[in-house]
Amino acid sequence: MTNVLVNAPKTAKPGEIVEIKALILHPMETGFRPGTNGRIIPRNIIEHFVATWNGTEIFRMEMSPAIAANPFVSFFAVATESGTIGLRWTGDEGFLVEEQVAIAVG
Amino acid sequence: MQSPLDRRAFLAGAALLTVLPLASARATPEAMAAAIKEVVGAGTIRDGRVKLDLPPLVENGNTVPLTVSVESPMTPADHVKAIHVFNEKNPQPHVFSARLGPHNGKAVIATRIKLADSQKIIAIVETSSGEFWSASADVIVTLAACIEDVT
Amino acid sequence: MKSARVVLGLASVFAATFALAQGSADKRRSGYQDMGEALQKMQDDDTANPGMLFVQLGEQLWSKPAGAANKACADCHASGSMKSVAARYPAIPKDADKPIDLEGRINLCRTANQRAEPLVLESRELLSLAAYVAFQSRGQPIAPPSDPRLGPFREQGGEIYRRRQGQLNLSCAICHDDNAGKKLAGVTIPQAHPTGYPIYRLEWQSLGSLKRRLRNCLVGIRAEAYAYDAPEYVALEVYLMERAKGMPLEAPGVRP
Repeated sequence: MTNVLVNAPKTAKPGEIVEIKALILHPMETGFRPGTNGRIIPRNIIEHFVATWNGTEIFRMEMSPAIAANPFVSFFAVATESGTIGLRWTGDEGFLVEEQVAIAVG
Repeated sequence: MQSPLDRRAFLAGAALLTVLPLASARATPEAMAAAIKEVVGAGTIRDGRVKLDLPPLVENGNTVPLTVSVESPMTPADHVKAIHVFNEKNPQPHVFSARLGPHNGKAVIATRIKLADSQKIIAIVETSSGEFWSASADVIVTLAACIEDVT
Repeated sequence: MKSARVVLGLASVFAATFALAQGSADKRRSGYQDMGEALQKMQDDDTANPGMLFVQLGEQLWSKPAGAANKACADCHASGSMKSVAARYPAIPKDADKPIDLEGRINLCRTANQRAEPLVLESRELLSLAAYVAFQSRGQPIAPPSDPRLGPFREQGGEIYRRRQGQLNLSCAICHDDNAGKKLAGVTIPQAHPTGYPIYRLEWQSLGSLKRRLRNCLVGIRAEAYAYDAPEYVALEVYLMERAKGMPLEAPGVRP
């Protein structure tokens, strides 16, 4: 069950720099922790986070096991045109989550 | 520059190392330096322009808020291209790598990281003109007193 | 989910009720006040508090029909109608003679009204529903019910609180009454008021209940933790909520 909390303004003026925050539920299992049977719990992390604005990439982050569980990212983007901010998380075990938020620029 | 495929192989390799009965797969200051060198190559790293915000004392290393901010006009002619963060005492030296451009307006990234122990964190910033700037922070990691019995 | 204005409003309501509740004579401190600034900021920001992921999940589950009755929580409980509920638990439900905590109350609704299977204790679903309910009491002062039947359970909780237990032969009171404010392994010992439950505990990297936290304490003093459904936890919570009476609820709290 995936769960995502995205925070971006619903409106912006052209050229305004807006903050985009994204929080996603994910264990970010490092692959270095021993389980109760003494064996290492296999790695299960989000590796890539990509943000787009109307399809154009505006931010990319490659995560390592050193990113905390339930990863949080905040970054900035210049408001260019109305449309859709797309967020995409991919990682181990075929993890793929996509989320979109609308923004009106004008 | 490392491709995502190389990093995946590196991380998978590092994960494998901890399963094998080797002496230690912990990152060391040397491993961090090597990881930094892979990114920077022969370039010189300058001090300044980068601010690395971490709490000096952390109650629990599982979730440590971190903010990297860079003084940069973020214009097509002069902007931050990438921000790389490294650690010196986690099992592997990478924390994250982010790609930016003039479309970001501000070179400020906030996230939360895991810290296995009290250690130094280093942020390396690459600009569009090929310059490297860096900042570091020392963090003391304590641990909450009554923790869980995993069984 | 919520607009920035409402978030700011909530944060300032919290801060204001906090100030009101903590008059100069009241020496009580929430664990929030003993955390570093970075963690306080994490709790205050609804767009970044990891507990809010679970509140959002709880909100989704609230409208999902369940059980043989095919009813959702929302069918009986209008949105916003859960205000102050979390502040007055544990309580003794109708036709019963023993108190139950908030998770127990949710499961009672599930079995009796929705005619569904009870949710597993400490499961993500149960915690998310509890988080969603508790979130609606944020800023409300803790207000245990004045039911006289709670008296013996409160006393039992107090007795457990003061009882020396485990290999380290410590009682809750020794750390959290006598030595609160001092340091243990570099961290300030809190007074142990259950102001933020369910909490996102960094150690768990997940949301968890007061029961889970109490079990951590018992393990910490090298005592045998009671079974998850043991009445001791509810008795302790009755005592702790009375001890924290008037302090504002902070759910979902963030704690180290």
